[in-house]
Amino acid sequence: MSVQDYIRERFFPHIWCPGCGHGTVLNNLVRAVETLGLDKNEIVMVSGIGCSSRIAGYLDFHTLHTLHGRALAFATGVKLSRPELNVIVPMGDGDALAIGGNHFIHAARRNINITAIVMNNRIYGMTGGQFSPLSGEATTATTAPFGTIDPDFDTVALATAAGASYVARTTTYHVQEIRKRIAEAIVHPGFAVVEVMSQCPTYFGRKNKQGDAVEMLRRYKEGTVPLDKQPADPEKIPRGVFVQRERPEYCKRYEHLVQAAMTDGAALT
Amino acid sequence: MTAKTTKFVQGNEACVEGALYAGLDFFAGYPITPSTEIMELLARRLPANGGKFIQMEDEIASMCAVIGASLTGRKVLTATSGPGFSLKQEALGFAVMAEIPCVIVNVQRGGPSTGNPTHVAQGDVNQARWGTHGDHAIVALTASNHQDVFAMTVEAFNIAETYRTPVILLLDEVVGHMRERLTVPEAGAIPLVERLRTSVRKGVDYHPYLPRDDGRLPMSDFGGVHRYNVTGLFHDMWGFPSDNPGVVHGLIRHLMDKIENNAHRLAHYKTYHLQDAETVLISYGSAARSALHVTENLRARGERIGLMELQTLWPFPAEQVARECGHAKQVVVVEMNTGHMCQMVRAALGPPARVFLANRMDGVLITPTDIKAHLRLIAGRGV
Ligand SMILES: Cc1ncc(C[n+]2csc(CCOP(=O)(O)OP(=O)(O)O)c2C)c(N)n1
Ligand code: SF4
Repeated sequence: MSVQDYIRERFFPHIWCPGCGHGTVLNNLVRAVETLGLDKNEIVMVSGIGCSSRIAGYLDFHTLHTLHGRALAFATGVKLSRPELNVIVPMGDGDALAIGGNHFIHAARRNINITAIVMNNRIYGMTGGQFSPLSGEATTATTAPFGTIDPDFDTVALATAAGASYVARTTTYHVQEIRKRIAEAIVHPGFAVVEVMSQCPTYFGRKNKQGDAVEMLRRYKEGTVPLDKQPADPEKIPRGVFVQRERPEYCKRYEHLVQAAMTDGAALT
Repeated sequence: MTAKTTKFVQGNEACVEGALYAGLDFFAGYPITPSTEIMELLARRLPANGGKFIQMEDEIASMCAVIGASLTGRKVLTATSGPGFSLKQEALGFAVMAEIPCVIVNVQRGGPSTGNPTHVAQGDVNQARWGTHGDHAIVALTASNHQDVFAMTVEAFNIAETYRTPVILLLDEVVGHMRERLTVPEAGAIPLVERLRTSVRKGVDYHPYLPRDDGRLPMSDFGGVHRYNVTGLFHDMWGFPSDNPGVVHGLIRHLMDKIENNAHRLAHYKTYHLQDAETVLISYGSAARSALHVTENLRARGERIGLMELQTLWPFPAEQVARECGHAKQVVVVEMNTGHMCQMVRAALGPPARVFLANRMDGVLITPTDIKAHLRLIAGRGV
């Protein structure tokens, strides 16, 4: 199948600004799905609210565009109900880790087999450039005209500590990596998190004098480094697969629980 | 379970029995008094019966999870009380907007805030109607005894599946926790509604949000052959976001009309001695038990008093109330709040109707003695 076969052309043109990194994620997500040869009927994409969350509507899967921050909670219902479906959840950084932070850590704790993609532009794009919990100190935003005093989360560390069994990071400059990481995350039998640093030239770029999209991509190229090379470059942000481990998956555990329940007389009535 | 069985149970258990009878197969919740028994019982019952049970991280997540599961074709329930009901409101609105069948039980306790967790109240009636933002219609049912809790729970599922809407079941602490007899009818005794699924075949365009002539929207389960978009934004017949004024207006009208135009079908209530009643009590939930006691008691003494017990609170059965109470000299609404239904009754009857409120809102069940005291006051005979 060609990429076109995964897209709902009826719903185009898309809402994203020229140069927005979210389109790159969409493109490579589709290619990851194509590489894996997945049946479109077996993919459910659940998203929240934000520029990033609009990815869902553009793709020809079962798509559920929900509430700001709540995508993983809806997705948990879908997945537990129909574990055989592939559930993919694209989220913005605010969506995933501010308003949705609680659902994020609990989905990771359960290790439910969902693919979470955090499109981290370090800003609230959709609402016009307010800071997010991933902005980092001294970032300028409409709600931080003097620079943020808020420290940021490290998505990778947070996901790892909460129990995610696959955790990776890449950027929109590294398109091959996005494709590979998302494919790995989909195949991984547990809660998988892929953080993709994605440029928002309109708000983050402009407010923080980072130049246009090309300039922002250059920063991703120069400011990040593969995980195994990082020791030599401790100032740079590491990319790669940070965690890939086996942990019992939630829906599988539920199957075992059913066995226990079946032998409990009171439960069967 | 196929044979008829009789049990001595709490109202919360009657609700569980009703839900399982109706075909519940997915529950997500978060513990909160006085609703917790519902989830505790389902934690035991659902897994063994082919269903799914999950304790979520909060009530918001619970509401979201049941909506997700409903889209895959399951009959879904969540149960909570005041603070949890507040948290569910945004996602409840999503279910209204995206037309996802689901049932939400709110076993009412005293509020606002943490309020009076272990005591009875009926203060969430207006929240059930207007809790989520924006213009919308909603269905809310209630019950005063366990047989009716069972029946109204089944009806809640039937309505949810028929109209593709969230249905709120407003119980209260007294009904939820008190024990009495429940007879679970044999399978098939109460008709069950299964959701309408599309007959559009694979490869043919399916319009998830194009109502049929009768206003109903056949569904297609996630994971099936039709892939479509579901959103909380205003949307067109494809489920794709639209801010076209015609689309927006059309959708609001559809969401209102599918409920309001069927208000007569959705109106459940019971009447006691209304034929010649000069005084009509209107009540619901546990308050109606005391109202019924007063009615029987005063009837036995020859007073022309009757009771209309509401089981459907929303859409408010205005026509039915007007019909049943039109000839009464006075109407007394018995409820445990500041008069949520009383306001609606006043509006339905219009001036110069004599409509009074007999209430109590201190966490104690309104008693027959309380109601009689109100009646004496109204009659000008003092307390
Ligand atoms: C409950 C709620 N609060 C606030 C909003 C407003 N809102 C919409 S998107 C958004 C933030 C978007 O930022 P992010 O999640 O980082 O995604 P991006 O747009 O940057 O891709 C906010 C605050 C909302 N829709 N719902
Ligand atoms: S505001 Fe930023 S995140 Fe949103 S579409 Fe524009 S560039 Fe992308």
